[in-house]
Amino acid sequence: MPATLRRHGSSYLFVLPTFSFFVVFTLLPVVQAFALSLQSATIVGGEWIGLENFATLADDPVFRQALGNTVLYTVVVVAAQIVLALVVASLIQPLGRKNQTFYRALFYLPLVNSAILVAMVWRWIFNPNPFGLANTALGTVGLGPFLWIGSSDEALIAVILSSVLTIPGGGVVLYSAAISSLPRELYEAADVEGAGWFTKWWRITVPLLKPTTLYLVVIYTILAFQVFERVYVMTNGGGPNNATITIVQLIYSTAFQFGRYGLASAMAVVLFLMAVAVAVVQFRSLRSDVEY
Amino acid sequence: MSSTRSRVPVHALLLVAGLLSLFPLYWLVLTSLSPTQYVVKVPPEIVPRELTFSNYQRLFETTPIVRWLVNTVVIAGVITGFHLLFDSMAGYAFAKRRFPGRKVMFWLVVSTLTVPAQVTLIPVFFILRTIGLLDTYPGVILPGLADVFGVFLMKQFIQTLPSELEQAARLDGASEWQVYRHIILPLSRPALAVLAIFTFQRYWNAFIFPLVILRDPAKYPVQVGLATLQGEFNTDFGMLMTGAAVAAIPMIAVFFAFQRYFIEGIRVGGVKG
Repeated sequence: MPATLRRHGSSYLFVLPTFSFFVVFTLLPVVQAFALSLQSATIVGGEWIGLENFATLADDPVFRQALGNTVLYTVVVVAAQIVLALVVASLIQPLGRKNQTFYRALFYLPLVNSAILVAMVWRWIFNPNPFGLANTALGTVGLGPFLWIGSSDEALIAVILSSVLTIPGGGVVLYSAAISSLPRELYEAADVEGAGWFTKWWRITVPLLKPTTLYLVVIYTILAFQVFERVYVMTNGGGPNNATITIVQLIYSTAFQFGRYGLASAMAVVLFLMAVAVAVVQFRSLRSDVEY
Repeated sequence: MSSTRSRVPVHALLLVAGLLSLFPLYWLVLTSLSPTQYVVKVPPEIVPRELTFSNYQRLFETTPIVRWLVNTVVIAGVITGFHLLFDSMAGYAFAKRRFPGRKVMFWLVVSTLTVPAQVTLIPVFFILRTIGLLDTYPGVILPGLADVFGVFLMKQFIQTLPSELEQAARLDGASEWQVYRHIILPLSRPALAVLAIFTFQRYWNAFIFPLVILRDPAKYPVQVGLATLQGEFNTDFGMLMTGAAVAAIPMIAVFFAFQRYFIEGIRVGGVKG
């Protein structure tokens, strides 16, 4: 061991700062989150209670609501983001380098701002007033007025719309880079056979982009699982009758407003397992068809 | 196949989508510059009739927004500075050095890349409470140094650098630190730029961790401060939007100044936040 240290000491010193922070503030906390989920930890202390927290969660209508909202939000938003990113990237591809750069920047610009700022604007756009911006806009085509964030039926729709109505710039950039590196020969062969643009897109581009699509689905899904700021700001952390409550929102309020740290940690473990499950599915499907 | 004319509808469609995405930003700035009577006007006006800085004046006079901005610059700046140093060091060791445990350590780092940050929120809160760092700047900064995206980014980049220069330097008797400092660091400038921008943006926009860790409003970063304004000025949209605009403008300026690094960063590092 001393010999190893002498030979490799400098390597360990290079890794040491980052790795110590990583161990103290990421690795151990992940382990501790699991440990806490098996304890009754509250402000006054706690003891080991096995899986009781998870049993409590399974019976808790608010948690089930949060889980359902999070999954619904994720499914709709991720599907929309993937389709939008793919279509926009495909559209800007033939436009030449200059235009591509312009559009990539245009679609990325809205994303440099925090979810908090954006949610503050959306809260206003979707305010229940019949003269709110969304209601006025829809009113011109004879729809509404809707109660939006003021109604337990429409609040979640408003939160979902606020995400769907933003072009996912990161996805556009990644798809755009992937499309540029697709082999030209297949398209030339398709041209020879007289295939139209839609056939080429649907039969060549979309299937060849599968690895990028899978990657984006995983990243966007894990991000969507963590939706919090929008709900916190747009609907004061849950909306009427918990209509928009999500897992992270519930973790936050359970731990830091009600001091039930053990129960909140059990929710965090559920969130963790959801993310792992998604990552495993991606890994599997990537392994099953690497070649194209 | 596609002539310039057939592209006009495509451009139109893309521009409409782009402007729709930008609309919240436009609305934010517009509202912040509108006199109060227009802010609450029904129906809302998309094109301004009159512009004023009175909201800005009120915001700066009645809220600690300047303090919050300074806090954010300090917190995000310090975290970014440490990440540039530590991540390039670790990235160098993982990419170029061979040592026992290298694989295990790197695997641990990579395997936590997809762990949602909120999973560690409660344990980190407990750790900070134990070591007495709740409601302090170090309490917000130190956990920020545990984020390993930068290690991954730097390792991937440094791996692509040719090894000849390092070996030549070593033959000339350079120490490992000198190799890192005088060869690896200068060559890594493009990756460091990407890392700096992404890290700064990430911590400029951070919300849930500072919200949980800080109690004293004077220590808040701007995002947390804004959320509290929302509670205070629930009906004063002009004030709220002005606060949001003040928080947005620095990031937008950074974006325009370093645009190509943002785009490059997504390509290299994937979508992160």
